[in-house]
Amino acid sequence: MTQGRIAESRQPVMPQPIPTPSPVAPAARPVEHLTGAASVVRSLEQAGVEIVFGIPGGAVLPVYDPLLDSTKVRHVLVRHEQGAGHAATGYAQASGKVGVCMATSGPGATNLVTPIADAQMDSVPMVAITGQVGRAMIGTDGFQEADICGITMPITKHNFLVTDPAAIPQTIAAAFHLAATGRPGVVLVDIPKDVLQSETTFVWPQDVHLPGYRPTMRPHSGQITAAAKLIAAARRPVLYVGGGVLKARATEVLRQLAELTGIPVVTTLMARGAFPDSHIQHLGMPGMHGTVTAVAGMQRADVIVALGARFDDRVTGQLSTFAPGATVIHADIDPAEIGKNRVADVPIVGDAREVITELIAAVSAEQAAGVVADLTAWWAELDQLRETFPLGYDWPADGSLSPQYVIERLGKIAGPDAIYAAGVGQHQMWAAQFISYEKPGTWLNSGGLGTMGYAVPAAMGAKMGRPEAVVWAIDGDGCFQMTNQELATCAIEGIPIKVAVINNGNLGMVRQWQTLFYGERYSQTDLGTHKHRIPDFKLLAEAYGCVGLRCESREDVDKTIEAAMAVNDRPVVVDFVVGADAQVWPMVAAGTGNDQIMAARGIRPLFDEE
Amino acid sequence: MTVLSVLTKSEPPRERVATSLPGHAPWPRVLTQASYQAHPAPPNPAHPAQPHASQDPPKSASQGVNVAVTRHTLSVLVENKPGVLARVSSLFSRRGFNIHSLAVGPTENPEVSRMTIVVAVEGLPLEQVTKQLNKLINVLKIVELAPAQAVQRELLLIKLRSDGTTRPQIVSIVEMFRARIIDITPDAVTVEATGTSDKLEALIRMLEPFGVRELVQSGMVALGRGPRSITSASSRAD
Repeated sequence: MTQGRIAESRQPVMPQPIPTPSPVAPAARPVEHLTGAASVVRSLEQAGVEIVFGIPGGAVLPVYDPLLDSTKVRHVLVRHEQGAGHAATGYAQASGKVGVCMATSGPGATNLVTPIADAQMDSVPMVAITGQVGRAMIGTDGFQEADICGITMPITKHNFLVTDPAAIPQTIAAAFHLAATGRPGVVLVDIPKDVLQSETTFVWPQDVHLPGYRPTMRPHSGQITAAAKLIAAARRPVLYVGGGVLKARATEVLRQLAELTGIPVVTTLMARGAFPDSHIQHLGMPGMHGTVTAVAGMQRADVIVALGARFDDRVTGQLSTFAPGATVIHADIDPAEIGKNRVADVPIVGDAREVITELIAAVSAEQAAGVVADLTAWWAELDQLRETFPLGYDWPADGSLSPQYVIERLGKIAGPDAIYAAGVGQHQMWAAQFISYEKPGTWLNSGGLGTMGYAVPAAMGAKMGRPEAVVWAIDGDGCFQMTNQELATCAIEGIPIKVAVINNGNLGMVRQWQTLFYGERYSQTDLGTHKHRIPDFKLLAEAYGCVGLRCESREDVDKTIEAAMAVNDRPVVVDFVVGADAQVWPMVAAGTGNDQIMAARGIRPLFDEE
Repeated sequence: MTVLSVLTKSEPPRERVATSLPGHAPWPRVLTQASYQAHPAPPNPAHPAQPHASQDPPKSASQGVNVAVTRHTLSVLVENKPGVLARVSSLFSRRGFNIHSLAVGPTENPEVSRMTIVVAVEGLPLEQVTKQLNKLINVLKIVELAPAQAVQRELLLIKLRSDGTTRPQIVSIVEMFRARIIDITPDAVTVEATGTSDKLEALIRMLEPFGVRELVQSGMVALGRGPRSITSASSRAD
């Protein structure tokens, strides 16, 4: 590979070939003369950006000067670039708009790597703008130089190094177009400092020139017909709904398809809220910590209709034993997801909303022609599983507070209109299980990358995107200590989020695995947040200008949550001190098949039955 | 023309064996999202070996040796922009695909470069690699060139120990292979040859006994046979 890089660098690097602007009447659009930095700000304004999360620094400093005068773009000064990235992600997930974060070169840019990878894995539309050292310094190991385009190449949808100031508007326009369309993702725009300082012109392009980018939106009609025939005739079908349904804003048509066909629905971790939890046809979440019914429903299905889902290993378990009898219809806007893990019998490339809309018409036609499968036996089987193995939890034997109870009560009191952002670990799974999600965009989490520390900054971004909504970060004591510096941002910028720290004193999910698979040898999982009360989360919250509350008993749970709900002028942090030994159930142990799902430790309802 | 070759460590060029490439879908098989939909289950038939072009010289003794995975030749049209080669090559390594050779150079259109990538994968991984390549924004078009429907060439430069006693034998072998001597000194000759992997492999085997001082070989470049052009409209839209 080295040969290629060296040889390629012999090609003229600068100026970068510029996409030809579309030939439109130049007289209609006045040419502005400004600096590259002002061109960046004008471009962000033209792209409709309202909020940018970021931190200034040497290389990106020129942008921050014109940004001070922008009346359209508000900049939120975060405390760590990781917070900027997750905030942009939370903003995008809650509002459906493209999230924007900004950082300087070198360490500023590398601090964005984790949230960029996180957003890309979860297909969140985000644009990251980074400053870079001057063009003449590139490649010299200059101060605060990092090849961020090279670093983020595998974790972005695309990235650009802008080497011509005149190309700034069309590059930023292309970045927003790429981030928001097709399968959404992250686009990074890296701009050297001397490009930002150059005098240039500003012309906002009427359309973007990306000859190699044409996402397929409309599904192939022949594939829709084939899928509709299978769906209409299936005796044991399941709609396997993934995050793509939320991205495509297809939740309403999904409900229509489900009700038209009467087919049971499962929603993945990324799709919680895409189909109402209260709906009778909803079996819950599939996967490693999914409901027994959702997992069994997929294992025993004759037809799986995957909509914007990607057969992730946390959903399928051991791939070779996943849904052995199922014919798979797989609809996704990204053709590379189809057949990647599980062979698709009927692949459909297209936008989830268009696919589902066309499926409704095609299935209706099948039904009109008399093809209506009787799902009574299938539902009887599933209902029996639902009654026998509902989600549940035991109270800790040591009398400590049950974390599941705290999260369940939080969901009941804050209700289905609130937005919940979780960290990663046990509390994330309990929040996915024990809160009822009824509406799209109310459940935010780091599904693909599993980024601890996601919750607080993501909740901050969500609150900026949906200021009218109550936003709860449900965090663990481990996660919370990774990114809680953003409480300062929330307090100072007036972003009144609420944080529930499910404090079990440990890295709970790791501890659970140590209990189950490592002979109760607890290596490096005790954080001391119980034993030493370091830090004291109540005092920490107060130090950050937030309201700090603590709850340690069952009888205080409701009134503490209500006290937190009553605070609307500043952030609130509640330290829920819960038992250390609560576990997430059901569970499909890593490396085992979904048939081995354990409803509780040692209880394998599907496996034992056979 | 800048021709670059990237060879994987596990497969040094000298150990190449002539493979029986199975026939594939008729050329040109344009591997785009749209065609993927039209071919939900791409066939991977184990056809018998296709006859090679008649101009090729006699086959080497290694013909017919089985290898575990089949090689496929992908012609990839990309935007001529900095970093595109890195995007393509890093995609192969991070998705775990093995590049046998990769050649990149300009085309008749200054905005478009053409990569010829030889990959060692079977049916489903091949489909996955082309779909992943298609996701790269700078990739315009991917066509698989089946060996029977394409002309394929590699370039070999080989420097041999040679004095007056061995030179006539080398010249005679070089003529037989329609290769050329491009540099000569009293104790060495450098031979240039173009051809398919088979031909170059056979030539190397014939020249090896004289003592190889240095050898360099390009990646394969290939064009489909007949009047059609994959670059005529260099966008996936066509």
